[in-house]
Amino acid sequence: MLEIRFHGRGGQGAVTSVELLATAAIEEGKFAQGFPSFGPERRGAPVLAFLRIDDHHIRLRCKIANPDVILILDPSLIRIQKPAADLKPNGIIVLNTNKTLAEARQEYGLTHTLAVVDANQIAKQVLGVPITNTTMLGALLRATDCVQLDSLKGPLKERFGPMAAKNIAALEEAYKKTVVEEAKS
Amino acid sequence: MGHRKGMEVSIAVSHAVALARAEAIAAYPITPQTHIVEHLSSMVANGELEAEFVNVESEHSAMSACIGMSATGARTYTATSSQGLALMHEILFIASALRLPIVMTVANRALSGPLSIWNDHSDIMAAKDIGWIQIFVKNGQEAFDHTVMAFKIAENSKVLIPTIINMDGFILTHVVEAMEFVDQDLVDKFLPPYSPRHSLDPKSPVTMGAFAMPEIYTEVKMKHQVTLMDSQQVITSVWDEWAKLTGRAYQPVERYKADNASTLFLTMGCLGEVAELAVDELQAAGESVGLIELRLWRPFPFAELRAALAGANLVIICDRALSPGGAAPPVLAEVRSALYALSHRPQTLGYIVGLGGRDVSPESFKDIYAKARMEIAQGPSQEFYLYGVRG
Repeated sequence: MLEIRFHGRGGQGAVTSVELLATAAIEEGKFAQGFPSFGPERRGAPVLAFLRIDDHHIRLRCKIANPDVILILDPSLIRIQKPAADLKPNGIIVLNTNKTLAEARQEYGLTHTLAVVDANQIAKQVLGVPITNTTMLGALLRATDCVQLDSLKGPLKERFGPMAAKNIAALEEAYKKTVVEEAKS
Repeated sequence: MGHRKGMEVSIAVSHAVALARAEAIAAYPITPQTHIVEHLSSMVANGELEAEFVNVESEHSAMSACIGMSATGARTYTATSSQGLALMHEILFIASALRLPIVMTVANRALSGPLSIWNDHSDIMAAKDIGWIQIFVKNGQEAFDHTVMAFKIAENSKVLIPTIINMDGFILTHVVEAMEFVDQDLVDKFLPPYSPRHSLDPKSPVTMGAFAMPEIYTEVKMKHQVTLMDSQQVITSVWDEWAKLTGRAYQPVERYKADNASTLFLTMGCLGEVAELAVDELQAAGESVGLIELRLWRPFPFAELRAALAGANLVIICDRALSPGGAAPPVLAEVRSALYALSHRPQTLGYIVGLGGRDVSPESFKDIYAKARMEIAQGPSQEFYLYGVRG
């Protein structure tokens, strides 16, 4: 089973992201759960969203305590939440930042396998707004093979209608620009 | 026949209500039930569902409107949670006494205070004596299936009792997961239009909800009790019919790896599948432990439950509600009562878990198992335990 935890702020679309990915994984014939952290969320407050993907029916009904992957939509959350503290030793961090890999590792003290992309810049350029959730899906697909890009397109079209094309373009741009580096031993 | 799709479970429930061709819906939104009625409201507004959707100013009015609409012979649905169920409390008894086959989803949530929007079973446990059929589901597929089946059970002429499907708030209502959906044709064949025995019609006036003198009140209550207990036969036959159509079979008392197990967990709702994972791990480690999942809460399946538990030495009953000042939390109290008549009965220990949204993981069950075994070895110090409580 693959467990991914999204760290974002209310309004950044973390919950939408896990719903899109869960739907895509299920379209591929897999089993998945996508769900929010059920807090009194409000715009701008830290929020969590959870995604599980497996080849079998998933029977867990609890939060993800030790994820395989964490995706951070807003780097300011790293100091507040310390999201990598309970990441598995061989886990992966997918980070939205305008810093380089080396700068991000140093700034935030990240030792796991790390994928970085400047999703804000891509989202502003392609979507015209700094909403990075769909853009960051490109970075996630680069860093993991949790779902195929093609199976995400259907759910994106269903969710965003005429806006889907731009979201797919932002996602593909992020896929190209994401830089991944293995864990520092 | 059907198709598999990923969807938020609340939305799937609203589709099940639409597939059942509900004709009348009255509801007031409350977290975590909101997505169900919001989506139904859209379906009615978009013309996808031909039904009357009545927006009301409270749950008291929602249930009152449901009673009126059901009394005219319309297939009637509503959903609520927590304070909403509490606010409709006095009307719930009237719906069942009038024998109106309303179907309601309860997205189980803690009662205030302190204010909590999160999941536990305190809402439905405060309403266990309302005279409705009450069923618990543990995943999205069950929530979908049982929503469709509830109409057929409630409307059966031998039953005519309103029916609640309990689904855990957030940990079930708000999860996008895979479900097998069925086609409209299958539901139409399974569930014919509701034809009421009596209905409110100005052309043919009847009295409904008349008062009862002391000479008749007890007899009415007796009839209700007998009918509710007898409804189990109809419930299981409806479930069997669904199993033939879909391959998905349900029992009032489900057994999971329980054969010859010395210790049995007993759970309701979503706790079941989490406990299954713990049972898998404990059995792999050589422990003699299994699981009983209680699906049918009202009518209480005494015979099946006794048969399922009789061979065990210890039953660990997991409640998701407290009965303050009472002898035991609600499920523990009922199970102990059911076992009391047995000459060789297992020991019982109660653990209250997951109050107000506290996470319950397979590790929690493994920890409870170890604690319960220790308690039994030493002689239990309490009637029941609030698992994981601090202070």
